[in-house]
Amino acid sequence: MSTTSCNCADDKIQEIMAEYTAGRRETLIPILQDVQALFGYLPEESLAIIAKYIGVSTSKVFGVATFYNQFRLRPVGKHTVRVCRGTACHVRGSKLLLDAFAGELNVQPGETTPDGQFTLETVACIGACSIAPVVMIDESFHGSVQSRNVKTILKEYKD
Amino acid sequence: MSQTTQNNLMDACCAQCTHCVATPCARYIECRSNGPLCHTDAACTARLEAARRVALHEQAQPIVFFGAGTCGLAGGMSEIIPALHEQLAEKGIEITLKEVGCFGLCHREPMMDVKLPGRPRVCFDAVDVKKAKEIIERYIINDDLPADYSMGYINSADAKTDSPEFKALTNLYDMPLLAKQPRNVLQNCGIIDPNSLPEYVARGGYIALTKALNAGDNGKLVINEVDASGLRGRGGGGFPTARKWSMARAQERKPKYLVCNADEGDPGAFMDRSVLEGDPHRVIEGMMLAALAIGADHGYIYCRAEYPLAIKRLEHSIAVLESIGLLGDNILGSGFSFHMKLKKGAGAFVCGEETALLASIEGKRGMPKVRPPYPVQSGLWGQPTCINNVETFANVPSIVANGGAWFASVGTAKSKGTKVFALTGKIAKGGLVEVPMGMTLREVIFEVGGGILDARPFKAVQIGGPSGGCIPEHLLDTPVDYDNLIQVGAMMGSGGMVVMDDQTCMVDLARFFMEFIRNESCGKCIPCREGTTRMLEILERIVRPYSDEDPTATIQRFKSITALEQLAPVIKDTALCGLGMTAPNPVLATLRYFRDEYEAHVYERKCPAGACRSLLTFTIDAEKCVGCTMCAKNCPANCISGTVKKPHVINNDACLHCGVCLDTCRFGAVVAE
Repeated sequence: MSTTSCNCADDKIQEIMAEYTAGRRETLIPILQDVQALFGYLPEESLAIIAKYIGVSTSKVFGVATFYNQFRLRPVGKHTVRVCRGTACHVRGSKLLLDAFAGELNVQPGETTPDGQFTLETVACIGACSIAPVVMIDESFHGSVQSRNVKTILKEYKD
Repeated sequence: MSQTTQNNLMDACCAQCTHCVATPCARYIECRSNGPLCHTDAACTARLEAARRVALHEQAQPIVFFGAGTCGLAGGMSEIIPALHEQLAEKGIEITLKEVGCFGLCHREPMMDVKLPGRPRVCFDAVDVKKAKEIIERYIINDDLPADYSMGYINSADAKTDSPEFKALTNLYDMPLLAKQPRNVLQNCGIIDPNSLPEYVARGGYIALTKALNAGDNGKLVINEVDASGLRGRGGGGFPTARKWSMARAQERKPKYLVCNADEGDPGAFMDRSVLEGDPHRVIEGMMLAALAIGADHGYIYCRAEYPLAIKRLEHSIAVLESIGLLGDNILGSGFSFHMKLKKGAGAFVCGEETALLASIEGKRGMPKVRPPYPVQSGLWGQPTCINNVETFANVPSIVANGGAWFASVGTAKSKGTKVFALTGKIAKGGLVEVPMGMTLREVIFEVGGGILDARPFKAVQIGGPSGGCIPEHLLDTPVDYDNLIQVGAMMGSGGMVVMDDQTCMVDLARFFMEFIRNESCGKCIPCREGTTRMLEILERIVRPYSDEDPTATIQRFKSITALEQLAPVIKDTALCGLGMTAPNPVLATLRYFRDEYEAHVYERKCPAGACRSLLTFTIDAEKCVGCTMCAKNCPANCISGTVKKPHVINNDACLHCGVCLDTCRFGAVVAE
């Protein structure tokens, strides 16, 4: 789990921001994306730093960061489990699958397990509809997953 | 990953070629497809000819193609590619490896093709590491075609197909699935290396751009051809493209912007992703033609962040075009300048709505604005902005190259050309299909798509994503075009087509879409924000288990259909943007044709499809139960009892209706009614 503290992170955020022209509102989303790519989430302190650079109030930055599904304000687990909730996956039973993951990990979608191992998320559509229902764990895809496979799949990732 | 050939088609043939970013040549593209044009030199002709042959895959070295679109990679290609690299390095054989995009046959993924010199390209489907290695060993090393692994071949100009081994195979384009698809947008998808500009150019790429620039009429030709073609916006609304462009062209304020909407958010739709991953240059060329037509010098592609591969390929293509002067200032010496930027979305469905998309590009929350003013008058930073969808742009190069009349010869009176659909759900041969407008739904599903999975009965097809509708069996002969779909209560939308069988519950489907829309509502206007939440509550009330219902809730449940019918038109009439106005559609469309299913849920407390588990009662068939204890171990409510090797019993009072027992039982002993 990434626990970078913000004092040393400040330089890195400055480094990211330096690639964009200061004072331009349209660079806000790309900067937030880059910062999240680095830390895995948006540290609270980073929002104020970015707001200052762009020249808008922190509340505007917070507004954008909470509007888009991509941005997270809390650190994520070591592994991210994304259950696809597209129409094709739904028709092939992804709701039950999501319940099975939620039950097995004992967290609700959007939450991270207390041991910091897994974050459970849903995704609107991965676009791999032919192998529905699909679950994406980190970068790898698991296709045609059944509720009964959930334990076995998670076992591969547990420490 | 594709090996760079030393003989790049886009490079200068000799020192006499003066084309570069600083000194662009108007005939650069024509020269590469049919040159050299400015001088005669046998060596240059030979060099260019050889480069063209390599780009057309007619080279002297074997080529292995990997289907490396998202679906192929998800299907296992990501493991096969490194394994083959290893195998080839071990054996020391020289083979060109190419990653191609999605061919559209998603049900056959992962796919791998092998093209030997002078032979057709042979396609192998459903490969795994072992099979892939065997194919290399047998076909490339020992020249023994493993016909049993192959699904057919794709012909090539340099190949002969009259040998007995190819006579025994089918030409892929003669298969029922593909024979009915006159592919235009998808013609290169799965065929060419999307990272290779030469491969696109060798197949006529950027000729349309050259034609439009050389006409010297500031894009009038483009507007005329697109007008003659009758092309309508492929993003959903179906607005005539030429009319939109003429309005944008008439705007005098500068700068003008052109935006490509690649924020394909409809669940179950992946047409735009496949085109961007498989043939990015087609979309870029379409955008350049549009920019010329409307007089824009800056363009943005707004692509979903969930499509990392599409983003990577677009970034690569844009960089290549900039490096040879096909993007930037004074393109091909014509005086036309166009700069392109890629903007990554951040995961908001509402950004597919054009005014919300523009707000997102500007770095704001993606919330729609009231129209008018339309973006054409006041869009990005208040400037005139023209927005079109990926597929609309992808249609344009062929229209300009072949003429509008060619395009208009396909389709129906008011809907011209072809449309790409993502055929998914309970379909036997799901994937990406491109069919002529006017083909009936029955043909699309049963002939092109091969019918229903496991030959179950057809129930309905959902078209147009969350804003669309469900079409039942008795309307299967409806021709697929903009106007007919609206008449039956659906809409073209972006092109997702989700097929459903008798096991799909329509109330559950409406609830699924309503939940999606509720979650994705931006919250700006009350009808959408509150209305969708209330509608979802009503739908949830319909499927809530009987056991935990008080009398008030029962009355509310009985009123639910009426309540839905009252609420829907209010949202439709008062919501701010297109998404809000169509938000009640999932409910209206299912109520229209499947009212009986709603009534069965509400009054009889039954789900005819057996999908709403909360309404099912689970029992164990004592004759089938072997007493393996699996259900009891997995039951979250601990309401299954019994001893090992003896039939088990479910205590229905404590049952949560989760259905885990049904999923875990390997003997079919759990019965749900």
